[in-house]
Amino acid sequence: MPRVQRAVRRSWRRSVALWRRSLQLRVVTTTTVFSLVAILVLGNSLITRVRDGLLDAKVTASLVEASTGSRTAQEAFDSADRSEAPAVYDTLVPDLVRTLSRAGGEPDGSKDVVLLRGPDVDDPQAPLGRSSFGADVDAVPNALRAQVQTEGVQQWTYSKVLRNSGKTVPVVVVGSPVLVPQIGTYELYFLFPLNKEEDTLGLVRGALLLAAFGLVVLVGGIAWLVTRQVVTPVRMAARIAERLSAGRLEERMRVRGEDDLARLAASFNRMASSLQQQIRQLEDLSRVQRRFVSDVSHELRTPLTTVRMAADVLHEARAGFDPAVQRSAEILQTQLDRFESLLADLLEISRYDAGAAHLDAEPTDVVGIVRHVIDAMETLADARGSELVLVIPRTPCVAEVDSRRIERILRNLVVNAIEHGDGRPVTVLVASDDDAVAVAVRDRGAGLAPTDVTMVFNRFWRADPARARTTGGTGLGLSIALEDAHLHDGWLQAWGAVGDGSQFRLTLPRRRGVELQGSPIPLEPRDSARRRPLKVGEPYRTVGAPGAADG
Amino acid sequence: MKGRVLIVDDDTALAEMLGIVLRGEGYEPVLCANGERALPLFREHKPDLVLLDLMLPGMDGIDVCRAIRAESGVPIVMLTAKTDTVDVVVGLESGADDYVVKPFKPKELVARIRARLRRSEEPAPELLEIGDLTIDVAGHSVRRDGTPISLTPLEFDLLVALARKPWQVFTREVLLEQVWGYRHAADTRLVNVHVQRLRSKVERDPERPEVVVTVRGVGYKAGPA
Repeated sequence: MPRVQRAVRRSWRRSVALWRRSLQLRVVTTTTVFSLVAILVLGNSLITRVRDGLLDAKVTASLVEASTGSRTAQEAFDSADRSEAPAVYDTLVPDLVRTLSRAGGEPDGSKDVVLLRGPDVDDPQAPLGRSSFGADVDAVPNALRAQVQTEGVQQWTYSKVLRNSGKTVPVVVVGSPVLVPQIGTYELYFLFPLNKEEDTLGLVRGALLLAAFGLVVLVGGIAWLVTRQVVTPVRMAARIAERLSAGRLEERMRVRGEDDLARLAASFNRMASSLQQQIRQLEDLSRVQRRFVSDVSHELRTPLTTVRMAADVLHEARAGFDPAVQRSAEILQTQLDRFESLLADLLEISRYDAGAAHLDAEPTDVVGIVRHVIDAMETLADARGSELVLVIPRTPCVAEVDSRRIERILRNLVVNAIEHGDGRPVTVLVASDDDAVAVAVRDRGAGLAPTDVTMVFNRFWRADPARARTTGGTGLGLSIALEDAHLHDGWLQAWGAVGDGSQFRLTLPRRRGVELQGSPIPLEPRDSARRRPLKVGEPYRTVGAPGAADG
Repeated sequence: MKGRVLIVDDDTALAEMLGIVLRGEGYEPVLCANGERALPLFREHKPDLVLLDLMLPGMDGIDVCRAIRAESGVPIVMLTAKTDTVDVVVGLESGADDYVVKPFKPKELVARIRARLRRSEEPAPELLEIGDLTIDVAGHSVRRDGTPISLTPLEFDLLVALARKPWQVFTREVLLEQVWGYRHAADTRLVNVHVQRLRSKVERDPERPEVVVTVRGVGYKAGPA
């Protein structure tokens, strides 16, 4: 049962979706529904008029025929041999009824005749009522009888008669009084069946229904065709617009004729051309610019190498110089280092901008890379008085990564954490789940303002412009790290709170091309000031210097 | 004199500076400013090592590299301003043993040169087997069923390093340290390219290597003897 429900719900949802999506379906449906309603109303009034016409004619004819019949009956009674009354009527009445029912009409009993005794006849010898189809006296409605008795002239009404075949047939009943000499007033009723009119009406109704159905289908079909003419170019425009936005700028619509749709296509194409032109221009411009950055960086390398070597020779020989020259040689040396790393970072960024970055991924244990980075950073950490704490799972965390790039990201994060960690411990946490491997680097320094969390990845961004840079970063490190992470389809995100340090989390999919759904490590560290009060077994939190309670 | 180094670089200032630094380290530099003169100078001076700028006017650095490699196994160290994989790999594939990216520190360059020339000391006689190959370490020769296979000194070193410890899987980093003399992590592409080149010479079917086997996710090891 639930399965059925689900299937119904699914198909309902699908229909709703189709209804929303398809303009054509909507137009065809509304057109069909409206034309159906209109046709029903029209057809109904048409059928009413036809019926009224048919009945009017029948009633008129019936009345005339009934009067003729009444006259014949009256004449027959008047000319009957009165001396034999009432015995003469025993033969006269059945004959009369048979004659009347056959007169002028079709022989198949198309009309029935009933002769009934009036209420004022009290002679027991008087002939009984008689009908042409058995003594079905009830066929005449009492209301009509009363009318005939009181008015004394011809009356008529519609009624229904149950025939021997078991079918009820609508009839027109016309009645008038007949005076039987010496006996009293009788009532003569004629029952004209309406089955012919009913058949005709049924035929007309059937024809009309058929015509209505045909018309609705036709209108629906026409609506479908007409909307198709309009919708097809619109759909084509949508498809081509999608292709354009997917970067296939050379796509154009086909222009046919000179109508509105052709104009739409033409303006669409003009728009696409101008877009294409502008994008090309921008692309050229940016290509030229990127090319320029790349060329400049490359061209700078050879002279920089020469200068570097010259400076090195001077630096080696500085012992023999006087103090000012000696210091100059040292400054030359350190600034060349800085210049070099800046140039290297610029080149790396320009390579990303040019889309020339290439991923050399293979299954690698990320824990190994982390260990390698931590080992290399021990010296720096010692110099800054920061302890490096490594928290790793027991199992290796293998992911398809480019170890060179991952190492570069991690080195960057760890250097930053040490640099901004104010000498407090820096934790590097590695965790994995079925789909992803994550590394989080947590420092407990001054922290990042939440507004700065997204800014840190901007090029040349500095948290505090007044702050001295001691480890000499280039300001491009995190931008490059972010690009490296994106190249792996991974995430690099930052969390920070003022006074509570910061955490940078790198999440990498285990397999390339698999979109990340989540990270095995929460972005906000478990020991953040905000989360700490929630810890079980810690009834209150000491308010003190940030990070002082860490342990 | 520690050795003769042919410096092929069109930038005269850099070439001169290289000369000064190398002379200071005790090498004998020979300068060459364009690609066409490189091969004649190489034949004339028979250097122990070639420092080659990849981007040269006239003959391309890559072509010079190929030409020298075609007639000698002399160590070739490329100088390059490009670090893109394609450029580096093309340089390595054309026969260079190692490369230094501009701008480099003089000490780094000297370390690279020293590492490439270090091997001149006389090795002890030693006979190794790797796959179906026999290596005579002292005689500097590799044979399969008695047929000698010609390897450059670097390829030879790589093969010997693997063959000496056939039970061990070598990561690329370890190989970089043992064969190239890198003490810090360096570009593992060096290893990849040279393993390919070595395979193309020593394997029966380089597509299905039996001598130098890849251990997925870790590195390389010697195939069973």
